[in-house]
Amino acid sequence: MTVAAPAAGSLQLSTEDDVDAIPLRHPWRWVGAVAVILVLAFFLYSVGTNPNLDFATVGTFVFDPRILAGVGLTVLITLISMVVSTLLAVLVAAMRLSKNPVLSGVAWFYVWVFRGTPQIVQIVLWGYLGLLYEKLTLGIPLTDVVFWQVNTNDLINAFVAGTLALTLNQAAYSSEIVRAGMLSVDEGQREAAYSLGMSPVYTFRRVLLPQAMRVIIPPMGNETISMLKNTSLLMVIAVPEVYTAATMISAQNLKQVELLIVASIWYLIMTTILSVPQYYLERRFGRGSTRTLPPTPFQRFRAMLDRRRPGPAPAPATQMTEVIGE
Amino acid sequence: MSPIENQTIEASSAAGEPGALPPSDALVQIRRVRKSFGAHQVLRDVSLQVPAGTVTVLLGPSGSGKSTLLRCVNHLETIDGGRIIVDGELIGYRQSGHRIHEMTPKQIAKQRRGIGMVFQKFNLFPHMTALENVVEAPVGVVGRARPLARQRAMDLLARVGLEDFAGHYPAQLSGGQQQRVAIARALAMDPKLMLFDEPTSALDPELVGDVLDVMRELARDGMTMIVVTHEIGFARSVADQVVFMDGGVVVEAGPPAEVIDAPQRQRTRNFLESVM
Repeated sequence: MTVAAPAAGSLQLSTEDDVDAIPLRHPWRWVGAVAVILVLAFFLYSVGTNPNLDFATVGTFVFDPRILAGVGLTVLITLISMVVSTLLAVLVAAMRLSKNPVLSGVAWFYVWVFRGTPQIVQIVLWGYLGLLYEKLTLGIPLTDVVFWQVNTNDLINAFVAGTLALTLNQAAYSSEIVRAGMLSVDEGQREAAYSLGMSPVYTFRRVLLPQAMRVIIPPMGNETISMLKNTSLLMVIAVPEVYTAATMISAQNLKQVELLIVASIWYLIMTTILSVPQYYLERRFGRGSTRTLPPTPFQRFRAMLDRRRPGPAPAPATQMTEVIGE
Repeated sequence: MSPIENQTIEASSAAGEPGALPPSDALVQIRRVRKSFGAHQVLRDVSLQVPAGTVTVLLGPSGSGKSTLLRCVNHLETIDGGRIIVDGELIGYRQSGHRIHEMTPKQIAKQRRGIGMVFQKFNLFPHMTALENVVEAPVGVVGRARPLARQRAMDLLARVGLEDFAGHYPAQLSGGQQQRVAIARALAMDPKLMLFDEPTSALDPELVGDVLDVMRELARDGMTMIVVTHEIGFARSVADQVVFMDGGVVVEAGPPAEVIDAPQRQRTRNFLESVM
């Protein structure tokens, strides 16, 4: 294209031209990248060549049966605690939002106590429950009628005490997340549901809760990952989850760092797996909140392959409007 | 004052007690309703009759109590005094002997099924498509069979001109389209009365017409409607009765030819001048 020589002091530009400017250079990005790579390489070199670090031991113990049993227990405790604490949290949040001053006061007190004391103190306390109540009894209070009785230490073993401690503590935190989610739903939604003749319970279940879930799920994903890692605190009451198992092995063979690496590898694997369902749950409950849903990793991968392949240009991933669920 | 208004007030003062009025065949009977928010009295002895098949438009400055009155009719707001009767049923309360009792939430929900409401901010359920919004209450509340409810919902969406948007989520629709879905959603419950709370106030000017057209058609089909709006043109062409409220009282009521074109009160004239 020929451009007429511009008049002095002015530049002639056609608005119809494509923007064909010379890109701005970013030299500092290169400098930064090189510096970071150098530091990282030095660190890896120093760790990799450290004679005190025995990588063979790490390899041996990653699939040690005691470690694997510990991983299983960690997953089990995390699952039980999260499920039970979430149910409890919905109850506490509902009590907190209730108009009944006794209910909301008790819910406030519960959150105050369990959020205000260290988790490790709570764990040890539950471990010592047998000191407080020698026997647990099911009967009619203030009479001699007893249906069922058990020694506290038989029922509340370390596993139960640990799970109980984590569950009750988590319920306090989760209840605040649930409450925030409920408060985030516009009051007009309740009015619209009521005006259609929906009962309060139906309104909660079909209109308010699904919308609150969108706000509740991201922090609950965080809480689940926290919970998984916090199971390591149960070492203080000797629950043989993965960290306790690793410590017990290293107490015998004195390979402390190697076994910590083994435990860390498993924690990383488990937390990585946990973020997958969170992503899909967020997608599920994000329906209608944005005009277009973000693509799943699989769709993104497909789109990437399509981009590399010559042929008709695929529709850009951002224009996919997908309706999931029905 | 209009004949309707006079008649109501005379009748209720003659009876002495708010509940005891001579039987009236109006679908909606609002009798000497009082309502306060804290120390602020929003409704002071408001009386109104809406015969079946007619359109009543409530006009008035903001804070005049017209929206509150509308929300009292389906018990979204409780009232402090007076009675509201829709289709022969006392709204929100149950009468036994000389006392009235509060209804349970379930009983109130049942009453609301017959009264559709359209809100200023649409209040569509954002996690459901347009079709799901319309189907939800008939299936979940009245237990209608899903295929039938879907068919009916599609008919209603077609009636408001949105059959092609059934699968869209509210966020994918314009304000005017959302409001028309909201109207279809209310109609799906086959209400005998429709309440409109400033249905076009949150819309871009060019979208107002579509919504008003749908409402006009509803009125032509004989739906009983109470409409809070600032659309004077709509009031003039559609309303059977125009009620001008200010400061929690009915200032003037009557056919549009009287209240809008020949207002008797200075307050009405001032208001109409400011909005027209």
